[in-house]
Amino acid sequence: MDHNTLEEHEHRDDVGSKLGMWIFIFTELLLFGGLFLVYAVLRAKYFQDFHVAAHQLNVFIGSINTLALLVSSMTIAMSITAIQKNQKKVALILLSITFFLAFIFLVNKYFEWGLKIHHHLYPGSDLVLTLTHGEILFFGLYFFMTGLHALHIIIGMSLIGVVIFKVKNDKIRSDNFQLLENAGLYWHLVDLIWIFLFPLLYLIT
Amino acid sequence: MGSKPVALPTGSYLDQQGKYKGILGWLTSTDHKRIAILYLSCIAIFFLVGATLGGIMKLELLKAGQQYFGPQTYNGFFTVHGIIMIFMVVIPGLSAVFGNFFLPIMIGAKDVAFPRLNLFSWYIYLAGSAIAIYSQFGGHGAPDTGWTFYAPYSINTNTNVIPAVLAAFVLGFSSILTGLNFIVTIHRMRAKGMTWFKMPLFPWSIYATAWIQVLATPIIGITLLMVIAERTLRIGFFDPSLGGDPILYQHLFWIYSHPAVYIMILPAMGVITEIIPTFCQRNVFGYKAIAFSSMAIAGVGYLVWGHHMFTSGMSNFARIAFSFLTFVVAIPSAIKVFNWITTMYKGSILVRTPFLYTLSFIFLFMIGGLTGLTLGSLAINVHVHDTYYVVAHFHYIVFGGMGFAFFAAIHYWFPKMFGRMYKERLGNIAWGIVFGGFNLLYFPMFVLGLQGMPRRYFDYLPEYSTGQFISSIGAFVLITGLILMVYNLVRSARKGELAPMNPWNGQTLEWTIASPPPLENFDREIVITESPYNYK
Ligand code: HEM
Ligand SMILES: [Cu+2]
Repeated sequence: MDHNTLEEHEHRDDVGSKLGMWIFIFTELLLFGGLFLVYAVLRAKYFQDFHVAAHQLNVFIGSINTLALLVSSMTIAMSITAIQKNQKKVALILLSITFFLAFIFLVNKYFEWGLKIHHHLYPGSDLVLTLTHGEILFFGLYFFMTGLHALHIIIGMSLIGVVIFKVKNDKIRSDNFQLLENAGLYWHLVDLIWIFLFPLLYLIT
Repeated sequence: MGSKPVALPTGSYLDQQGKYKGILGWLTSTDHKRIAILYLSCIAIFFLVGATLGGIMKLELLKAGQQYFGPQTYNGFFTVHGIIMIFMVVIPGLSAVFGNFFLPIMIGAKDVAFPRLNLFSWYIYLAGSAIAIYSQFGGHGAPDTGWTFYAPYSINTNTNVIPAVLAAFVLGFSSILTGLNFIVTIHRMRAKGMTWFKMPLFPWSIYATAWIQVLATPIIGITLLMVIAERTLRIGFFDPSLGGDPILYQHLFWIYSHPAVYIMILPAMGVITEIIPTFCQRNVFGYKAIAFSSMAIAGVGYLVWGHHMFTSGMSNFARIAFSFLTFVVAIPSAIKVFNWITTMYKGSILVRTPFLYTLSFIFLFMIGGLTGLTLGSLAINVHVHDTYYVVAHFHYIVFGGMGFAFFAAIHYWFPKMFGRMYKERLGNIAWGIVFGGFNLLYFPMFVLGLQGMPRRYFDYLPEYSTGQFISSIGAFVLITGLILMVYNLVRSARKGELAPMNPWNGQTLEWTIASPPPLENFDREIVITESPYNYK
């Protein structure tokens, strides 16, 4: 048979894949939206406790991480421009910086969580269970929300890793960079969610 | 038959020769039609498993008193029955099977927008189903929460809740990706000249459904993740003993699960809207009204979740608002029913098997819908909440609606999908048994519910014996009919007479190509100039 080569036939629709990515990002926002709703309800119920518990978080580490994400969002956006201008080297450097900053974020998170766990401030610990209800829930939310966000950082890093690889092999070029653009969109989402998490957890004390 | 040639034309999607042959060729194919068949096989099997569990429950309920197993086993059965039927059968059902197969063809496209993502969604579906089935066997006994996983019980019971919840999460992910794929397909891949209002109505219903899949599923996703976290980490979001709020769980759960009912029923309405014009040889009455009412149902459907919680503690204002909005959703649904009936008026009606299922769909859906309105009324709801009345209502809507539409669709499109005809007489007989058994099974449940028989009970007082007995007989009649139907279809898919291109004189695009369709659907470029329904 001759017309059985659908698999090899390349169907490309950049607008379509961008649309798909936007819809996916929307679902991710709704996923976190559910958590923000729970946060809002519980915070309204235990205003005072949340206030007290939030003092335990380290604003300094949080700020560094915010900065890291903001800069990385910028560098990945710049890498798209670089690819469009055919500057493969520059794009690779910018993407590597993005990847590295994401890594820094995780390292910081590791120390931050480690310290909390060291002080027995984790969900279900004997210490936490002696706290007031609101404080228990605050720490629960803190670990759950930042944990889910960290998972998204890891997914984003894998995506950026793939993109770096493809730029290197000229699979992503100035005439075919939709994957890079989608990775960028995803990374902005990860950044955006953190921009909400940071004030909710660290700053409102 | 016998004397007829028994070979299909070569070059159809069924004998596609990709990189791999045989079973691997199916498991690696990104062709939307093959993926549809993959879904169809899984869903048919899961449906039979789910129906068997239902039958076993009815066996226990045949007589008052304990017959074959105790309450805990019964709890496991209705939970897993619910999970299989809801998350593995009726939510993906129509859109994953017939949406996948016919959406691209009906809009004149060669495939969906993201064929590999499409195959990936099926694998996710399979993984989720495997976890769900595992939940029945592994760990400390089958989950016993019901498919709704209400907190705080789902957090405290030591049965196998985590795999069940995880399964629902994974299945939801598959649903999101399918919906996303369809939305982009409809936006980007319609044939030249196919404006939005020249698109057939089944794709319209799939479009409305896809938005619900994308916008509602993430909420249940995060809710289920929270249940898992609660169980593993003792966080306490929903556990009052740690300060959490169980009512919050119910809100989050129903914000998804009410719209999920429309994920089931909207494509069903789309199927019915395709079948009626074909078998009446009449143009659809009120094309735009049907298209817009799909979108209206999808939209208002988000706002009525509270009608599941009238008795759980809500402000009176909220209860009245949710009750009112529930009545509002009935309007677009009724618009559809009126349009179907009007389309039939003065048509030259051909009563074939798909049309029988279609008529029974309208009948059953109306009973389900009207009893839904009574459930939406506050005073009645307080009386029949969590009784068999509810069980009867949702089986009429979901099984009588989505299920019968599925049966209608499989008979309607069977010749196109497999290139062969089924035995019509046998199909009609099976329909009669299924329809009779269905009503015998579920109608008594309305009465039982009004008398006060609570749902999810493995035993009952002697007062309910007659109703339960009739209902159990109905279950066995129904299952017999189902087996007959499946037998007819499975046998015909291999041995039936060869089907012509357009056995019912349909007008939409799928009837203009060979049965079964070739690999890329169309060998020419499609240009649309007229409305999809164009009977003289
Ligand atoms: C042969 C077909 C079926 C039979 C015999 C059957 C029978 C039953 C029975 C006896 C119950 C338990 C009632 C109770 O104790 O509260 C039940 C519950 C249920 N059924 Fe079915 N059913 C069938 C098909 C379906 C289908 C197609 C669906 C699709 C939605 C479905 C969804 C459910 C759900 C969601 C529940 C509630 C489970 C729970 O309470 O958690 N069933 N069914
Ligand atoms: Cu509802």
